[in-house]
Amino acid sequence: MRLLALLAVAVLVALPFVVGSYVVTVLIFIFFYAYLGQAWNIVGGYAGQLSAGHAAFVGIGGYAAALLSAHAGLSPWIGMWIGGALAALLGAVIGYLGFRFGLRGFYFVLLTVAFAEICRVVALNVDAVGGALGLYITFTGNPRQFQFQDNRAYYYVALVLMLASTALVRSIERHRFGAYLTAIRQDEGACEALGVDTLRVKMQAMILSSFLTGVGGTFYAFYLFSLQPNAVFGIPLSVEIIIRPIVGGAGTVMGPILGSFILSPLAEISRTYFAQGGWNGAHLIVYGLLLIAVVLFLPQGAYPALLRLARRRP
Amino acid sequence: MDPTLIGQGLLSGFLFGGVYSLMAVGLTLIFGVMRVVNFAHGDMMVWGMYLAWMLSVRAGIDPYVGFVVCAVALFLLGLVVQRGLVERIVDAPHEMQILLMLGVALVLENAALVTFGPDPARVRSPLSQATVWLGPIFVDLARLLTFGLAMALTGALWLFLARTDLGRSMRAAADNPYGARVIGTDVRKVYGAAFGVGAACVGAAGALVSPILPFQPTSGLGLSVTSFNIVIIGGMGSLPGAFVGGILVSVAESMGAVFLSPSMKELVSFGLLIAILLFRPAGLFGKTAG
Repeated sequence: MRLLALLAVAVLVALPFVVGSYVVTVLIFIFFYAYLGQAWNIVGGYAGQLSAGHAAFVGIGGYAAALLSAHAGLSPWIGMWIGGALAALLGAVIGYLGFRFGLRGFYFVLLTVAFAEICRVVALNVDAVGGALGLYITFTGNPRQFQFQDNRAYYYVALVLMLASTALVRSIERHRFGAYLTAIRQDEGACEALGVDTLRVKMQAMILSSFLTGVGGTFYAFYLFSLQPNAVFGIPLSVEIIIRPIVGGAGTVMGPILGSFILSPLAEISRTYFAQGGWNGAHLIVYGLLLIAVVLFLPQGAYPALLRLARRRP
Repeated sequence: MDPTLIGQGLLSGFLFGGVYSLMAVGLTLIFGVMRVVNFAHGDMMVWGMYLAWMLSVRAGIDPYVGFVVCAVALFLLGLVVQRGLVERIVDAPHEMQILLMLGVALVLENAALVTFGPDPARVRSPLSQATVWLGPIFVDLARLLTFGLAMALTGALWLFLARTDLGRSMRAAADNPYGARVIGTDVRKVYGAAFGVGAACVGAAGALVSPILPFQPTSGLGLSVTSFNIVIIGGMGSLPGAFVGGILVSVAESMGAVFLSPSMKELVSFGLLIAILLFRPAGLFGKTAG
């Protein structure tokens, strides 16, 4: 298994020198969404707290880094940590309100959606952060400004983000913290009865998850060079973040990566083919059908199913 | 602040609230009976709007008549969604239900996008031009008619639930699903009917609002979130709560538009939602949350 993982990483490192720039671009999105999915996985997958507002953290992180870079001349390499910290702060507020007041299931979903929507409406209406026009970043191609002439540089940054977050989640899973998270998902009452401070554990998961997502916001901003409130704070981005770990297997280390490798190419293909025929939105129909199919037929996700299949044939 | 402006905002918010009430009543009926949150509620409403639009453009049927067709069509859609999908996961964890309905919402929204394109549409009704002046405040005749019909439909639903056998069975299943089964209620039929009637409510609401509110395929999400706001504020599963909540949220949004700015009216209802979630999660009329 370890050998297989090393081999896979080696292939991914070598790949940009073999394949064309279009494939590199597709892979960048696969890695980046796998990273965001992995960040969500900590609180949404392992701890089972279904946040549907993770786009808010991407937005906060992206806006913070972009504004600091534009107005204070601060390098996004530093700004990304500040953006992450601000996102973590928002995550802490949402988490505290949700967990302290015992909001579960649908109620927690709505609380997270409400906060993300408030961020969106505020970003749309505050002209100091670009208002409805959004923020545009001027391209300088300066690596110190998190801008690269060569697409492959973004590729490696995205790859590092994905691998680092996966290593982190893997180590969480093997430690006590991960065991607590899983226990909370399975039976919070029993977990609490055994003396686990579930509020604290859930808060830690939420803060870590929102911090990582916020850091990702910098990549989003400086890869796409624009931040639009409706895109970056909107529910559709939250859906993009959630759907990969769920299809791949929420609460598993490999779920977000597998999910991203399944969904991103699918989205790309249907976007390319259907959009040419003027059929915008067709890839989202595919997402919807997949989501329905996963819930009905593979409620644990693709990765556990794959593992079962592998074990059956020694 | 100009009192006429406030009066105007209050009145138009109140009248628009009729549609909000009808849509929220549909959502809360589905939730009350099945404990399933219809995440596709707003997208069903958008389909109601587009059906009304098609009837008006293709067949020249006024939306104030065509809403009946829309309600029937959405009833069938609701029945299909319930029988084909929701029925299989009624006992599954909430997360799974949410994800399933999210899938349905994505399919419906983007099917509308593929079919009708992204541009905003509006249904023209000859009535939507006329206005009546009440002193300094004017009333849009279309708004008045929309409000009246939405109220009539809500009343009809109430009669249906109070007076008919099927309606009584629905309320029984909502109060105590196990008990309802013990006394021989056909729960499968009741669930199908509840989802169908809930969808019919929102379909009719969509058709009725189509002459006064421009819409596009992506409007569904916002309408879903508004419906969730209303039923949580009113109390999940509570019909009077959804009714009063609809008017309340509409008036609050309208006041937000007057005092803040039209683009910030959503802040008011989200603020209201968060306050209710934290301090009275059972809602104004609900008994328990959870």
